[in-house]
Amino acid sequence: MAVTGGVMFVFLVAHMVGNLKIFAGPEAFNHYSEWLRTVGSPAVPYRTVLTLLEVVLLLSVVLHITAAVQLARRARAARPVKYRSRKRVQQSYASRTMRWGGVIIALFVIYHLLDLTFLVANPAGVPGDPYGNAVAGFSTWYVTLAYTVALIAVGFHLRHGLWSALQTLGRSDDRRERAVNVTASVAAVLLIAGFLSVPFAVITGLVGLR
Amino acid sequence: MKLTLRIWRQKGRDGKGRMVTYTLDDVSPDMSFLEMLDVLNERLILSGEEPVAFDHDCREGICGMCGMVINGVAHGPERATTTCQLHMRHFSDGDTIDIEPWRSAAFPVIKDLVVDRSAFDSIIQAGGFITAPTGAAPEAHATPVPKPDADAAFEAATCIGCGACVAACPNGSGMLFTAAKITHLGLLPQGQPERYSRVVDMIDAHDEAGFGGCTNIGECTAVCPKGIPLETISHLNRDYLSATAGGKHPE
Ligand code: HEM
Ligand code: FES
Repeated sequence: MAVTGGVMFVFLVAHMVGNLKIFAGPEAFNHYSEWLRTVGSPAVPYRTVLTLLEVVLLLSVVLHITAAVQLARRARAARPVKYRSRKRVQQSYASRTMRWGGVIIALFVIYHLLDLTFLVANPAGVPGDPYGNAVAGFSTWYVTLAYTVALIAVGFHLRHGLWSALQTLGRSDDRRERAVNVTASVAAVLLIAGFLSVPFAVITGLVGLR
Repeated sequence: MKLTLRIWRQKGRDGKGRMVTYTLDDVSPDMSFLEMLDVLNERLILSGEEPVAFDHDCREGICGMCGMVINGVAHGPERATTTCQLHMRHFSDGDTIDIEPWRSAAFPVIKDLVVDRSAFDSIIQAGGFITAPTGAAPEAHATPVPKPDADAAFEAATCIGCGACVAACPNGSGMLFTAAKITHLGLLPQGQPERYSRVVDMIDAHDEAGFGGCTNIGECTAVCPKGIPLETISHLNRDYLSATAGGKHPE
């Protein structure tokens, strides 16, 4: 859980930073997308590095979901008779919504791939023009809304996930527990703010078709 | 004080339980929660009914026998307080109080509010012995322990094994209990020889007993009558990783 989540977090950071290239204009963004596919060439064939990263990511997603399902099933088996009355004492909203939040994020990723990778759910859907496709999508309020909701879900997932992963890997102790928690919150907020800047730049006209 | 109690009644291990409602008119705010139940039981016995079975022993918050989920919170509304140390002044006249047993597959109900916590014993047994000479008390300065380690070990050692962590955990995990024992022994020189085999064996026993897996939610430490900190679980994870991935206890 912690390791595969960590891999996906590193991907998300890289992805967010890469997305910011959209502020540098269509050429820069599309060129960056092309670079992702040609990196390493001519030493390695077209799309080698990208494909390798995709395999690692897919593997992480599968293992992450497998572990989550196992944990959920163990939890259910561990309490066959439910409490008649139940009160939360200190658990966070983020920790409580990990399982359903994860499902929502998985559904979003499927939609997102159909939108901007396979281009079937994108209003423009022009191969080789990720800039135009992103702008076309985010110009529609409901696409931006869907992305915003999903990204907030990702933020909550990361808020608890980062803290929990560091705790699982034994990186927390009495002196660091607060720092680990603050780090998890700050990292989640920064990451999501970075992601959200793109759709909001489009819908407010800051980034548009030039 | 006048109280309405809704209590889980279950005849035996295989019985199907249900919530039964009782009213008490003459509860003093100075009573402990268990004394309030004693009053109810005296009344039940006099009227020829079966008294409510519940666990208790020391009634001074040190043995770990007592424990019930009171209005949805293990050991009731007061932080760092066992059920026996909870007093009725924390409730108000006219309150309705729900009382349930710890609910966990690993802690089957024996009767009413009494659960079988042998699963904790199996974890302790899996931990095994420590290699330390027995006999007369050792000379106090023979084995120095750094003060911060001694403090943290002592804090972990205050765990009374009541099982509230399991009762409160949304995953039904017994990780805080296991972590308290691992931290307590793992920080002291006497616990070093078996440190890494112990953590693996105790986790195996924990999982085998049917407890859920920990996802670091933190309800356990919030209801723990001894305030065992969540960092003990991080300590346990550290030792577990050293033992397995770090190769200190292969197999
Ligand atoms: C506003 C936020 C986001 C924007 C604007 C965005 C944009 C994009 C674009 C344009 C691509 C295609 C890149 C290309 O083909 O060169 C892409 C791919 C992808 N995105 Fe996002 N994305 C966002 C958020 C996310 C989030 C939150 C996740 C995961 C939870 C995610 C996961 C992915 C994945 C897995 C790919 C496919 C990578 C591959 O197959 O190589 N994205 N994204
Ligand atoms: S009866 Fe001993 S701790 Fe409550």
